Amino acid sequence: MFGASIIVFREALEAALLIGIIAAATQGLSGRGRWIGIGIASGLALSLVVAGLTDVIAQWADGAGQELFNAAVLGVAVLMLAWHNIWMANHGKEMAAQAKRVAHSVVAGDAELSAIALVIALAVLREGSETALFLYGLSTSDQLGAMAVLSGAGLGLLGGVAAGSILYAGLVRIPLRWLFGVTSLLVLLLASGMAGQIARLLIQGDILPFAGAALWDTSGFLPMNSALGNLLHVMMGYEARPSAMQVMFYAATFCLILLGMIWSGRVQARLKPGVHPPIQTA
Amino acid sequence: MKYLALFLLLLPMPILAADVDVTLVIKNNRFSPAEPHVPAGKKIRLVLDNQDAGAEEFESYELNREKVIAANSRGYIFIGPLTPGRYPFFGDFHQQTARGVVIVE
Repeated sequence: MFGASIIVFREALEAALLIGIIAAATQGLSGRGRWIGIGIASGLALSLVVAGLTDVIAQWADGAGQELFNAAVLGVAVLMLAWHNIWMANHGKEMAAQAKRVAHSVVAGDAELSAIALVIALAVLREGSETALFLYGLSTSDQLGAMAVLSGAGLGLLGGVAAGSILYAGLVRIPLRWLFGVTSLLVLLLASGMAGQIARLLIQGDILPFAGAALWDTSGFLPMNSALGNLLHVMMGYEARPSAMQVMFYAATFCLILLGMIWSGRVQARLKPGVHPPIQTA
Repeated sequence: MKYLALFLLLLPMPILAADVDVTLVIKNNRFSPAEPHVPAGKKIRLVLDNQDAGAEEFESYELNREKVIAANSRGYIFIGPLTPGRYPFFGDFHQQTARGVVIVE
């Protein structure tokens, strides 16, 4: 039963941390709760579909289908996170001002809100489909009853949701002046980490033929299976043994999004004289 | 430009390496062979043949790899070229039993 809890906890944690960051980053945005809900619900539904199609997806592209599919899911998520951060560089000031008066929230366009829903749906889909496969396998093996599997999974899910909630609660205590700077930095690191994972998947599937040794090895100092190593992996793409290609994908994504944010902040400053670009991070 | 230069530096490596196929069977939530021996300096295609009724996730921190293999199906992942040494791996869904080490020599 606890084996089930641990796996479900780990998968739920990844999605919950992302949702916690996004929820904090969209503080004061009108209708965000509904869109976050839509993202979670559609992600859960899609993860069952993807889990059911694992076999079919795996056969695509000469057996590299799973890698391509996951890389595509991550790619769209990176684009949506980039969009969000660039949008925030333009609207963050306004949102910080509005969030102070809870009654009036910023009316965002459908584009920003659907980007948020999509990125959440994709995170839930990635973790959810793996969890579904794991639980299905567990329930078909006769060592455990369905009740034990379900209660173990429920416990793990609760733990993950609790961790995401704690992160959210911690983030929203940050003074509003700095909140969106902090969340933008977290989103920037999340997106860069995802880009690094794309490189790993493409090498693993031999789509990018640049393999080779790890660029560095910090597994002795901060192993991936330690709590901190795992947390840093989830939140900012920490790898103890990254390949050169992974590091390049990470750095390129980080720089491109940051440039987009600086550009977007400048545009806003020019439109409204006296208002400084709201993002001071990194 | 800097990235392009780095890209080009990495190019010749995989061209020199020939592919080697190594098959790992997953049965009763165990890998067999649990300690596959593979040559150093070559790109290896690990074929994962899951003969169990449940899915398994091949995972290795040392190899920096992770892949779900559906029930009763085969999948593969590419590893290497590697330097000689021991690279532990495990089945994430059955960590008590599904354990092994890739031995590169």
